[in-house]
Amino acid sequence: MTRPVHPLLIALTVLVFIFLVGPLVIVVGSALSDTTYLTFPPQGLSLRWFENIFAIAAFRRTIITSLQIAFISTAIALVIGIPAAYALNRHRIQLPAWLSTLFVLPVLVPELVLGFSLLKSVATGFQVPIFPALIIGHTLLVLPYVVRVISASLANFDFAAEEAAVSLGSPPLKTFFTIVLPNVRSGVIAAFILCFITSINDVSISIFLTGPGISTLPIQILAHVEQFFDPTIASVSVLLMALTVAVMAVVERTLGLTFLAK
Amino acid sequence: MTQKLSISNISAHYGQTKVLEDLSLEVGEGELVSLLGASGCGKTTTLRLVAGFLTPTSGTITLGGKDLTRLPAHKRDIGLVFQNYALFPHMSVADNVGFGLKQRGINGPERKTRVDAMLERVGLSALADRLPGALSGGQKQRVALARALVIEPPLLMFDEPLSNLDAKLRIDMRVEIRQLQRANGTTSVYVTHDQEEAFSISDRVAIMHQGRIMQLDTPETLYQRPANAFVARFVGFENLVPMRVVERDGAKVTAEAEGGVRLTLPLENYGGHIPDAFVLACRDEGLSVTPDLAMEGIPATLGLRTYLGRAYQYQAETPAGHLVANGPLTQPLEPGMAVKLVPVPEQCTILAPE
Ligand SMILES: Nc1ncnc2c1ncn2[C@@H]1O[C@H](COP(=O)(O)OP(=O)(O)OP(=O)(O)O)[C@@H](O)[C@H]1O
Ligand SMILES: [Mg+2]
Repeated sequence: MTRPVHPLLIALTVLVFIFLVGPLVIVVGSALSDTTYLTFPPQGLSLRWFENIFAIAAFRRTIITSLQIAFISTAIALVIGIPAAYALNRHRIQLPAWLSTLFVLPVLVPELVLGFSLLKSVATGFQVPIFPALIIGHTLLVLPYVVRVISASLANFDFAAEEAAVSLGSPPLKTFFTIVLPNVRSGVIAAFILCFITSINDVSISIFLTGPGISTLPIQILAHVEQFFDPTIASVSVLLMALTVAVMAVVERTLGLTFLAK
Repeated sequence: MTQKLSISNISAHYGQTKVLEDLSLEVGEGELVSLLGASGCGKTTTLRLVAGFLTPTSGTITLGGKDLTRLPAHKRDIGLVFQNYALFPHMSVADNVGFGLKQRGINGPERKTRVDAMLERVGLSALADRLPGALSGGQKQRVALARALVIEPPLLMFDEPLSNLDAKLRIDMRVEIRQLQRANGTTSVYVTHDQEEAFSISDRVAIMHQGRIMQLDTPETLYQRPANAFVARFVGFENLVPMRVVERDGAKVTAEAEGGVRLTLPLENYGGHIPDAFVLACRDEGLSVTPDLAMEGIPATLGLRTYLGRAYQYQAETPAGHLVANGPLTQPLEPGMAVKLVPVPEQCTILAPE
């Protein structure tokens, strides 16, 4: 037996859907337009604006830079964040409560403030070159996600299993890799993906830290828009979206998207 | 392979809180000793010290003459069975059981043979490829047991291994544990807060209270001759009456309790000796209610009557205080009646005054 759905409810759902998907359709449409200006619906179909992305050296460079920064800062955040989350959960009773707050602090601070303070301290204060400064900034940006997500998976892990392994003769460090890590595998994958997406889409921190010669893709997009109004901008947005969707697809495959909503 | 465990004068702290104080315990070769006590008395802490997950602030622990006190946990070679099983969730039953062998460099066919044999012994051969998540509580505990036994450790320790199982399974499993332990002759320490479980499974039981062992003895001795008031209450001596000897007459003494209550006690019923000051400890069935006021006993006024199946239990007010006594089913008595409470020597014992 199916209950009739109220027409208003259907209307609302359709509206929400249009609001969510509409802009995406417009961007994708514009990216495929054959015109030299942004327009929707597209007039003529062509992939020339996608080719144009790679024809512009600044885009080629920043795509590489963005990927490098996303990979490196995510890797660093995992290397720092996983042991931190482990220690926070394993020794929760002995540790002061504010310690776990410390690791989520960057989420609470508005990103622009974080970016500005990084500019003041890391970039101008310590004179750190642009690329490492970006790595530091992005690592700070994504670290809280690692700690949060890994903590969530560790909450379901019984540390007695770790002690059981040790009592059976497995040294503590080895036990971490053979017993603890396999049981937070899904958390590690989720954290990786979250961090990667966050880093590759970031504007607010990068805008303070990028400088002459080195920029990230989102910043380059902003710079491009200021000068040109051709469909390149739409196609590069589609590219960024495609990258994000590809990563999400991997999550969906391995864990289901509900995992991220938790 | 079996070895003697000696715990000598260990103390343990969590931060500033003292949890164990000067605790000593010897478990002989092949012996099973239970640690029995209320929640928070330090049973798990004792196990964790022996296992090496906690370092004592003072004292030593030796196993088979070898000092373990400073040895890291993974080098102690002790089989542990945990309350919530602590199986490795991502490994099959067979891999769980084989884990300890793998750490010892035992691989290939030998590991498989030993794991299979162990699974056979605990009746889990059919489930070798399952993940722990797909097992019942009883099956999980069998895996945990197999995992600890297969490494043939010189010492086995159990921390409330049955408390997550239902009553019937608990009894079956404890018999099984005892049989496996006997067959291997493995020295064992068994933690529980269930008195029946401790008494049924152990060679000796240590009754613990606030980080100290109050008495360590065979279940029979604990049950019949507790050494102090704490243990007496623990094993069911509900009535503790402080008394003083007023007259010694060969084989008998006359003793007086508060309120001038006098009782004559034959020495032979109380181990041949009664000190001048003592505490008479009686179970509820150790005080028999009689309406015959001519009998020698503690004068009492009856209170609430409850039905126990084998007898009636009465609350009673006496000059020596509130007591609990039993009366025969053939003769129910009403609240308010004046009666005498007569000690039944087999259900009473004598303790040193506190
Ligand atoms: N990690 C800890 N930090 C601080 N105090 C602790 C810690 N673990 C245990 N305690 C305290 O030490 C005392 C002894 O604890 P223990 O776990 O040994 O008790 P137990 O006899 O095993 O009790 P139960 O029957 O409830 O398991 C308790 O008072 C407990 O509150
Ligand atoms: Mg305990």
